[in-house]
Amino acid sequence: MVATVGAATGKGAGRTPARPRPRESARPATSRPSSWYLAPAALFFGFFAAFPLVLVVYLSFTSWEGIGDPTLVGVDNWVRLFGDSRVLDVIGTTLLLVVLGWATQTPIALLLGVWAAGQQRNRAILSSIFFLPLLLSTAAIALMFNRLFDPYFGLAAEFGPFQNILGTGPGALGAILFVTGWQFIPFHMLLYQAAARNIPKVLYQAALMDGASGFQQFRHITLPQLKNTVITSSTIMIVGSLTYFETILLLTNGGPGTATYTVPFEMYIRGFRSFEFGYASAIATVLVVVATAVSLVIVKFSGFTKMRSTLEGM
Amino acid sequence: MTTARAGTPVRTRPNWLAGGFVTLWLVIVGVPIYTMISWSLQTRDDFLDHGPIALPRAITLENIAGVLDTGFVRYLLNTAIVTFSCVALTLLVAIPAAYAIVRSTSWISGFAFRIFLLGLAIPAQATIIPLYLIINRMQLYDSLTAIILPTVAFALPLAVLVLAGSLRDVSDELYDAMTVDGAGPFRIMWQLVVPMSRGSIAAVGTYSALGAWNQFLFPLILTVDPNLRVITLGLQSYRQEFQINLPGMMMAVLLTALPVFVLYLVARRWLIAGLAGLGSR
Repeated sequence: MVATVGAATGKGAGRTPARPRPRESARPATSRPSSWYLAPAALFFGFFAAFPLVLVVYLSFTSWEGIGDPTLVGVDNWVRLFGDSRVLDVIGTTLLLVVLGWATQTPIALLLGVWAAGQQRNRAILSSIFFLPLLLSTAAIALMFNRLFDPYFGLAAEFGPFQNILGTGPGALGAILFVTGWQFIPFHMLLYQAAARNIPKVLYQAALMDGASGFQQFRHITLPQLKNTVITSSTIMIVGSLTYFETILLLTNGGPGTATYTVPFEMYIRGFRSFEFGYASAIATVLVVVATAVSLVIVKFSGFTKMRSTLEGM
Repeated sequence: MTTARAGTPVRTRPNWLAGGFVTLWLVIVGVPIYTMISWSLQTRDDFLDHGPIALPRAITLENIAGVLDTGFVRYLLNTAIVTFSCVALTLLVAIPAAYAIVRSTSWISGFAFRIFLLGLAIPAQATIIPLYLIINRMQLYDSLTAIILPTVAFALPLAVLVLAGSLRDVSDELYDAMTVDGAGPFRIMWQLVVPMSRGSIAAVGTYSALGAWNQFLFPLILTVDPNLRVITLGLQSYRQEFQINLPGMMMAVLLTALPVFVLYLVARRWLIAGLAGLGSR
């Protein structure tokens, strides 16, 4: 997650949030804001984001049907959760979507981003078309494809094998992968485009003098130089795809059967449809733990702290 | 150095592989968008007669009227209220916070920075049940305020971090100069911090506006009144109302994106900066 900010400001990465200190004691002290300037933001964030995160863990030890007060039931929800084969299936589906989503979106976004980084006019024009999905909300995209995949009137009706794509388990999963790729690839393409434009041109000129082919340049210069962006983009992609909800609700509604239930969707159904808020909170807790663990693992093993290392010796 | 025209790989010959790949992607992106626009501009009968791919025989705007008849303006207004309030509130609390993080010498500001950094990783989906409980207890359930408060809370980490990032580039001398002029922290914030971080403020504003405009989950669980529906929930309700009226449905989808498209045309730079620069959600 640090990457986001690093990439965002382009300068913040690697810097510690060191508080500036007065350098010379002889000078009159500069006016500095008191910590109260933080209070409104801290209050908002604390009450509506951090506190709910703690509360969800507490609620996972209660039984609550949405009215009245939650009553403590000890570890009942957790015992049930570990014996619930449907939850296991749901976690499996979620992980499958994460892995397949990453494996399809990353190469496409990377290639498109590198291509779009070129300064040619036709690339600029086509790129602005490629960015169009960014203008639509997740709900709009999911509903649009839900209609396009309509087996009788939609586009799918024209393409034989895809006619009933939302009607079979693998088909519906494929549809979710396609729709989420359609939606999110432009965003990651944008990240790769920005990063590819920052690769020092001397590297390509040197390679050209050595007689390197286009593919060799891509393989030995572009790819290694984009390593940090791959990490940033993958983190965003993986954590994002763990929490697909709207696309599921509006595109497949979890169906056919429960074939496309994901962890957040299962939590929503348990809570807001079956009114088992305590049990749903246990599922939510699992989601938090998995999302945090995934972020930490990526940060730990990707050499995140050495973000700037590709520019060493330049 | 001067001979390099192209940004990336200096090509020596046309790259057919890339051309084919890009063309394929153009089809994948273009066909659904073309279909959506084409459906929404034809009557239902035309659509049923000629199938999903045919060009519209006669362009009609009657679908717009059909969508407007079903509460669309109301939904649009609700979304506009939510979006405007979210952006205003986010900036109002994020700017002082970023200022304090960069300039305050207290340990609290360093701690707050780390908390906001961790906050980026909180999945909003996991908090909907406690939020539902909190909002209910605050007697705010089924109001636009109920949507606004958590939306701002989840927009804050990124907003604060990006603003703080840009504030670090403001030199100490400028702060010192203002102090010598007798300015207190509030005046410094207003007359130095805000003007100096205009670019980030625009990017953060655009990004949180997009997030608020497009959000679905918080409105879904925190409101029920059809009169309080935001536009994304309105779209969901159209799925039932326009069940077999696909042109009507597509027109509704198109109309929800229209304001964002206008924003894209007039403020493309900020929108792209907001999207690319701010990353995450």
